[in-house]
Amino acid sequence: MNFAGTKVIVIGERDGVASPAIAACVQAAGAEVVLVVTECFV
Amino acid sequence: MIRPALLGASTVLAHTPSLIALGSKPSREIARDGSLYSSLLDHVRDFPRVVGYAPNQAFIGAIHPREMGPRPYFDQLIQGASRYARDGEIMPEQEFFGLMALADRFQLVRLAPSLAISATAALRDHPLAATWELDRLALAAGNVEEALANGATPIYRAGSLAATISPGHPQDSNLNGAILAENLACKASGALALSHLLAHHDFAPASIDYVLGCAEEAVGDRYQRGGGNMGKAIAEMAGCVQASGADVKNFCAAPLPALVVAASLVAAGVFGHVAVVGGGSLAKLGMKFQGHLQHAMPVLEDTLGAVAVLIGPDDGRSPLLRLDCVGHHPVASGAATEAILDSLLVAPLSRLELRLTDIDQFVTELHNPEITEPQGSGNVPERNYRMIAALAIRRGLLARTALESFIATRGLPGFAPTQGHIASAFCYLGHARRALMASQGARRIMLMAKGSLFLGLMTEQSDGMSLLLERNPRLEEKG
Amino acid sequence: MDPRTQQAIIDAAAKYGRDQLIVLLGTPSPEAAAIAAATVVTGDPTFAGPLAETQLGLSVYHILEDEVRAALDPKVYDEQVGLMAEVLEVSALTAALEEARAQ
Repeated sequence: MNFAGTKVIVIGERDGVASPAIAACVQAAGAEVVLVVTECFV
Repeated sequence: MIRPALLGASTVLAHTPSLIALGSKPSREIARDGSLYSSLLDHVRDFPRVVGYAPNQAFIGAIHPREMGPRPYFDQLIQGASRYARDGEIMPEQEFFGLMALADRFQLVRLAPSLAISATAALRDHPLAATWELDRLALAAGNVEEALANGATPIYRAGSLAATISPGHPQDSNLNGAILAENLACKASGALALSHLLAHHDFAPASIDYVLGCAEEAVGDRYQRGGGNMGKAIAEMAGCVQASGADVKNFCAAPLPALVVAASLVAAGVFGHVAVVGGGSLAKLGMKFQGHLQHAMPVLEDTLGAVAVLIGPDDGRSPLLRLDCVGHHPVASGAATEAILDSLLVAPLSRLELRLTDIDQFVTELHNPEITEPQGSGNVPERNYRMIAALAIRRGLLARTALESFIATRGLPGFAPTQGHIASAFCYLGHARRALMASQGARRIMLMAKGSLFLGLMTEQSDGMSLLLERNPRLEEKG
Repeated sequence: MDPRTQQAIIDAAAKYGRDQLIVLLGTPSPEAAAIAAATVVTGDPTFAGPLAETQLGLSVYHILEDEVRAALDPKVYDEQVGLMAEVLEVSALTAALEEARAQ
C-alpha cells in the first residue's frame, strides 16, 4: 500500500479516530485529502 | 478569594413515551415510513418499568451506578423501586405534561380537558406542589382538535390527542410548535430539577442569585435564533425571584464550562449562590430506537433527564471546585485523542503536581450502553475510560496488566439517557458529592466533558473541559 | 453513515473518479465500521441515505489496519492515532473491513 499521489476521503468519528488525525497521517505520506468528515452518533 | 463548593445536586427524569414520536430521529423516520409509528407504540415502556429500570434508579441517586447489577437491565427490574429518591424523582408523563403547560406563559400549550384535570390532581399530591401555580392548569384545558386543525403540533397518548402546542408566530419558523415543544420540555424538566435541588438541600429559592442554563436547545426567534437565557426562565418557574441568569452553550460539554463559570463567579464574590441547570433534550428521544426495535427491546430513550446543581461558598463540608485545576482544549491541540486528553487531563493535574493515578474517579460521558450498543455505537463510557487508562500506560504511570482494574476502580458504568449534556459527567454530581463527603470516601474526582462543535458546521474542532472536585479539607478535621 | 456524508462521497466519486479514491475510516466500533464500509462498497445497508441502492465499489480501509499503519510514518501515526490503536479493537475492525472489501 502506498499513499503517495493518492486521493483520500477521510471519515472519522469523534469517539474513534478523528478525521484531522487521520488526514495528518496520510498527508504526511503524500496523499491528497479530498474530503474530510467527522461523524458523531451520541 | 472565596473557595467555591458544590453545595448540592439534583437529578430528575420525566417519563415521556408520547414525546418519542417528536424526537428528531423518530419523527424523520416515521415521516418516511408511517408503519414505524405503530411499531414504536408497541415497544414503549409503562411507568413501573421505567421506575424499576436500574440505570434510572442510579440516575436519581437511589443506587450507585456500580450497584445496577448485571445486564440486561430492561428485563430485570428492581423490586420495590420508588419514583422518589434522595437526588430527585422519575415523574410520570401526565404530570410532566402539566409542568409543560405551566412552563408555557403564552397560552400555546393546550391540554385535553381530561388530561388537565388528571394532571392537576396528580400534581396537587406532589411534594413540590406549593412551587407551582396549579390553578393556572385549568386555563390550559381546551379544544385540542381545534388547535390541531389550526396548525398546532399534536401530542398523542395511547392513540388519542392529549395535547397540542401551537406555533408562537404565524411566519416565524423558529417559533413553530415542534421547537416550542422542545424548549418547553427543557424548561419544565430543568425547573423540576432546580425545585428538587432547593427542597432537598433546604435552600430558599430567594437565596439563588444567578442561574446558568447549560442545555442544548435554542431559545429565540427569527432575528435571534439562539438568543437564549433559558436559565432565567427556569429561575422564574422555580420561584428564584432574586435570580437572573444566562446560558452557556458548548454542545454536550456545556455543563463543565457552566460549572467553571459558576464557581468563578462565586470565587470572585460576584454572586453568592449560582445554580447550574440543564433541562432535557426532546430532540434526542428515541435517537437509537431502530436498534432497539431490531433487537426486540423496548424503546429505551423514553425519558428526559435534567440536572441542577448549586455552587456557593465553602461551607466546611461540601466538595470544593478547584479552579486551579481546569483543563481546556485549545485550538492548537487539534484532533488527536492523545493531544486532547493531554490538554484536558494531564496538563491541569500537572499544575497541581498531580498525575492521572492520583485521581480516585474520572467522570466522563456516561451514556447507558444498553441504549447505544444495539444501534452499533458501542459502550461510550468504557471507551472513554480505556482511553484514559491507555494514556496512563503510555505515560508510564500504569502497567498494562493494570488496565482493567484502573477502569473498574476509577471508571463508572454508563447509566445516563443519551441526552447529550446530561450524560457528560453532569448526571453523576449527586453521587460525586456523596463520595467526596463519605468517610473513607474519595478524595479527588475529575470531571471531563466533550462536545462535537463540528456538527454546527462553524468549525471542524471539537471541544472539552475538565474540572477537579476535591474533598473538603475541613471535613477531615470534623472527624 | 449520515446522508450528508453519503452525498459528499457521491460527489467526490463523480469529481475524481471511483478508481482514484481511497476511503479511510476512523469508526470506533466494528459493527458501525462494517456498515460504513459496506455503504461505500455495495451501498448503504440501512437504506438511510443516497447510497442506499448505489454500488460505488470504492476502496475502503480503516486507519487502524496493519496494512495502513505500515504505509504511514510511524512517528506521525503514533502521535495522531497511537492512543486509539491501543483502545479500539483492531483485529475486529480489520475483520469487518476485510469482509466489506470481499463483497
